[in-house]
Amino acid sequence: MAEELTIGFLPLVDACLPILAREHGFAEEEGVSLRLVRDVSWATVLDRLLYGHSDAAHLVAPLAIATTLGRGRPAQPLSVPFVLGLNGNAITLAPGIARQVCTPGKLGDPATVGAKLAEVVRERSAAGRPLRFGVVHRYSSHNYMLRYWLAACGIRPDRDVETVTVPPPFCADALETGEVDGICVGEPWNSVAVERGVGEIVLATAQIWRRGVEKVLALREPVLAEKRAAVERLIRALCRAGRHFVDPANAEANAAILARADYLDGDPVLIRRAISDRLLLARGGEVVRFPDFMFQYREAANFPWVSQAEWLYTQMVRWDRLAFDPADAARAALVFRPDVYRSALIGTDEPLPGASSKVEGSLHQKTAVGTQQGHMILESNRFFDGRTFDPAHLADYVAALAQDD
Amino acid sequence: MAALAHILLAKTLCRTAQQAMRIAIVDESAARASVIQEGLALLDDCEVFVLTERRGLVARIGEIAPDIVLIDLGNPSRDVLEEYFAVSRVLARPIAMFVDESDDEAIAASIDAGVSAYVVDGLAANRIKPLIDVAVRRFNAFARLQADLAEARGQLAERETIDRAKRILMDSRSLPEPKAYAEMRKAAMDQGRKIAEIANAIVTAHKLMGGK
Repeated sequence: MAEELTIGFLPLVDACLPILAREHGFAEEEGVSLRLVRDVSWATVLDRLLYGHSDAAHLVAPLAIATTLGRGRPAQPLSVPFVLGLNGNAITLAPGIARQVCTPGKLGDPATVGAKLAEVVRERSAAGRPLRFGVVHRYSSHNYMLRYWLAACGIRPDRDVETVTVPPPFCADALETGEVDGICVGEPWNSVAVERGVGEIVLATAQIWRRGVEKVLALREPVLAEKRAAVERLIRALCRAGRHFVDPANAEANAAILARADYLDGDPVLIRRAISDRLLLARGGEVVRFPDFMFQYREAANFPWVSQAEWLYTQMVRWDRLAFDPADAARAALVFRPDVYRSALIGTDEPLPGASSKVEGSLHQKTAVGTQQGHMILESNRFFDGRTFDPAHLADYVAALAQDD
Repeated sequence: MAALAHILLAKTLCRTAQQAMRIAIVDESAARASVIQEGLALLDDCEVFVLTERRGLVARIGEIAPDIVLIDLGNPSRDVLEEYFAVSRVLARPIAMFVDESDDEAIAASIDAGVSAYVVDGLAANRIKPLIDVAVRRFNAFARLQADLAEARGQLAERETIDRAKRILMDSRSLPEPKAYAEMRKAAMDQGRKIAEIANAIVTAHKLMGGK
């Protein structure tokens, strides 16, 4: 009989792979049966994982590292054998501010939008009403991407602007009530704000880091050890779901599944738009296509690159104002488990990268990299400011960033 | 479903033993919050505040400055509160959480996670224990009430479906009522299914065939 795995998730389009693995029968075919549990805030998803209500969770990547390192609560080692996707978030500003920083209906250039935003930030600070941004969790890629962008544009987070936590389903409300001036959140919640006329999308996070790690499949380390065989079957099922998900021919059917009351309980039109990389930036405008807005499968997107875990650790040091600790960095790196990913997919036709770490942000054009089967082509993975992250020099990277902050 | 309370954060508390303990209950279900509140009102030296509104929650908690916050594990404001307590360490308060579907394994896991145990600096265990006990009892009582209600609702819906299916059989096959019911019961027994499932299948099939 198929072993049952319970997976916790939040209602977001990037919870797609576990949902589709279940709904299309990929999980059952691989010999695991999935039970999905929805919550509304990341704290609850994490608690269910730690209390054993769930075996695995759809989780914001930095939270897996923060939990392992014991940030804000007693340390509990988590493991990430699979990345559920890259990017897929956007920055949405209140319409009045959006129009001051970019042309309505067009995604701006991050540096240009940032420079204009810096003027608004200065005015609002001077008026004693600093701009306030909502992010979905303190330990979220949203928080780190937003802060990376702001800081590189000369806007100092925590000093020039405020950041508060708003769970995804309440982001549009928070913009509407003026609780926040901008949000960084995943879909469909930006589009919900746009539909309601309370926000306009100004940037996709893929413009900040072209291949930024987003949600991961996280398990408690002992659970991974105990259920290793079932987890490997799950990984194969998730890969098949990924291949199905990125085929445009399936977008409509998949959007309809994700929209169901048990899953996102949302508008299938908005969901379909997001999963086909299309966005309506401002109400009444034209839908624009932004390739690789979400990135769930190609280029071994699901491979847990150790360098990505290390990048997240550097951002934790940066924004929690910690001292760089080589032991913590090593512990953070071990959270991502490329060994489990490889062992699950060996013998399939999924490309298995030869290396486990790479210099992030170093590719500005298509590049062939070695895999166990030969090679695969990786496209640009650059950060918008052109900075690169070399995991061999973590401390130097942290020190260089600190000069900006 | 058993509820359990775990102390999530153990932080600064400087009220002396003589002062009344200020308790904030954060619950979007006003009914459940008032059930818990009623129970706590029986305790000595407690001042209870109920917060059901998500909007402005953090500001309200700041004003109340509670000694302890009681909150449900699935409450949508969990992230917001944790962020608030992480940023304003001065205001950090223990949060006791109600956890649904707890079993022994889950309890053990939560103890491993370090969220259990009555380790609250400055707040004596003998003061917090009765509070938590009462709160948990009330939480459980409410959960039972909800479960009973849901069951009653489910039975009502089943009853309606069975009646509709019966009418379909009576109309389409000109059967008398007892016969229609007997037919469904027989089908249920033959297939090892509940009579409500058979009735549901009949109603669905009838709709698909163009019936009303």
